[in-house]
Amino acid sequence: MSRRSAIGLATIATLALAWYLATMPLEWISPGRFPSPLDVWLALQQVTLKGYANGLLYQHIWHSLKLVVLGFLVAAGTGVPLGLLMGWSARAEALINPVFLLIRPIPPLAWIPLAILWLGLGDSAKIMVIWFAAFVPSVINSFTGVRSIEPSVIEAARMLGTPRGRLVREILFPAAAPMIFTGLRLSLQASWTTLVAAELVGAIYGLGKILNVAQTDLYPGMIFVGMTCVAIFGWATTRLLAAIETRSLAWTQLAEALP
Amino acid sequence: MSALRLQTLSRAEAAALGAVGLLSFFAIWSFLSLSGLVPHQFLPAPYEVAARFGRLLLAPFAGATLPEHLASSALRFAYGFVLGAVVGIPLGLLMGWFRVLDEIVSPAFDALRFIAPIAWVPFAALWFGTGIGGPILIIFAGAFPPCLINAYRGARFVPRPLIEAAQMLGTSNLRIIVEVLLPASTASIVAGLRVSAGLGWQSLIGAELIVASTGVGFMMVQAQLDASTPTVMSAMVAIGLVGLAIDVALRALEAAVRRRGLA
Repeated sequence: MSRRSAIGLATIATLALAWYLATMPLEWISPGRFPSPLDVWLALQQVTLKGYANGLLYQHIWHSLKLVVLGFLVAAGTGVPLGLLMGWSARAEALINPVFLLIRPIPPLAWIPLAILWLGLGDSAKIMVIWFAAFVPSVINSFTGVRSIEPSVIEAARMLGTPRGRLVREILFPAAAPMIFTGLRLSLQASWTTLVAAELVGAIYGLGKILNVAQTDLYPGMIFVGMTCVAIFGWATTRLLAAIETRSLAWTQLAEALP
Repeated sequence: MSALRLQTLSRAEAAALGAVGLLSFFAIWSFLSLSGLVPHQFLPAPYEVAARFGRLLLAPFAGATLPEHLASSALRFAYGFVLGAVVGIPLGLLMGWFRVLDEIVSPAFDALRFIAPIAWVPFAALWFGTGIGGPILIIFAGAFPPCLINAYRGARFVPRPLIEAAQMLGTSNLRIIVEVLLPASTASIVAGLRVSAGLGWQSLIGAELIVASTGVGFMMVQAQLDASTPTVMSAMVAIGLVGLAIDVALRALEAAVRRRGLA
């Protein structure tokens, strides 16, 4: 084991021990403020076996995960092509960019009340908000990716008479791919943040709903469980995207340099 | 039409296309609203939003006028943002300098970073209430990580010779951090501040939607409950404007730093 991971493990073990000592035997922290490990365990048991906030834990997780993935896919599916188009054509950029600049300063979370007004508390409102949040990083990074391609590469390909389709498939897309993935990673993070916020504001199921109900119930153990789930699944989806990135960028050494 | 000619449009052409884009945006919006394709209650026309915005500047809604709500949001933002910078930047620099500290803090930091800032809302409300303390924690959760990461990266990428020269002259750790690492990483830190400000402002709006009794986010929720779309949209415009102003201010700071040659 490297020195780094040894120290890391030691730190986390120390923190866990300090948590146990401060909450349970020493009672420095009141259980109404921060849960003890036992409280967390009981809350976890309750939500997995009996259910909490309208459902069992796996139902909440499934619901949130589904919305994040759907919203993310819609945003990536619209944002990346738009970014590529704007990078490709100066005309498209001149046409679209001002509208984009007009809307961009509004933070995604500020769309939540409007989404609720328009679509209610159901899934479609959440997907709309996630779409707004995740769309922007996808567009910007795809755009930058295309713009950072060496013009001489494209000129060389065109001089050799490469047809348009192949130019897009074999040059434009691969060359812009590292930036596109950077954008997708930011989009994914934005998707999670927005979903949790939207569910906290109003939802029927989901991890944010657990947090929301736990907050009203003043139930620190359950808040802890909800936050941990948000972190774990945020981490897991990020890892999944990173794995996809490494696989699809295997041809470039850049993939190894990326964290 | 051709592929990536990197054609530079003339200024006039770009401006004309931009105007077409903006005009069609407002035209489509107005058409959808006025034609009744979208119920008018849910999509007021642009001029109605502008009129409401003007009215909200003077007439109170949800207990205060729009500028008053904005002022209380901005105050919370300032506290949380400054706190994030004051804790994040020194910690980042120290982590960049002392390897042990880096190895101790990094695992916990990486684990906490995956919690979306907004997920701190329940604990924030529990610990600090919904007045000013709770929202500050949320802003801090949004603004702190970029400050730390950029200060850390800045400190790590300081050219070795600079550090070695300082060490050879017997400079103390503290002076190296303050007089070598800090100036050399200023550009990175200021870039981090811009990211922080964006995330912090957005987290604050989120927090105010959920727990607050003043602020522009609270105002939006009240307007949403009243099904008053023009007010919601006015608040969105105001939020965008303040976010833009913060970004412009930090961009100016960035430019000033570069001019003074600190970068």
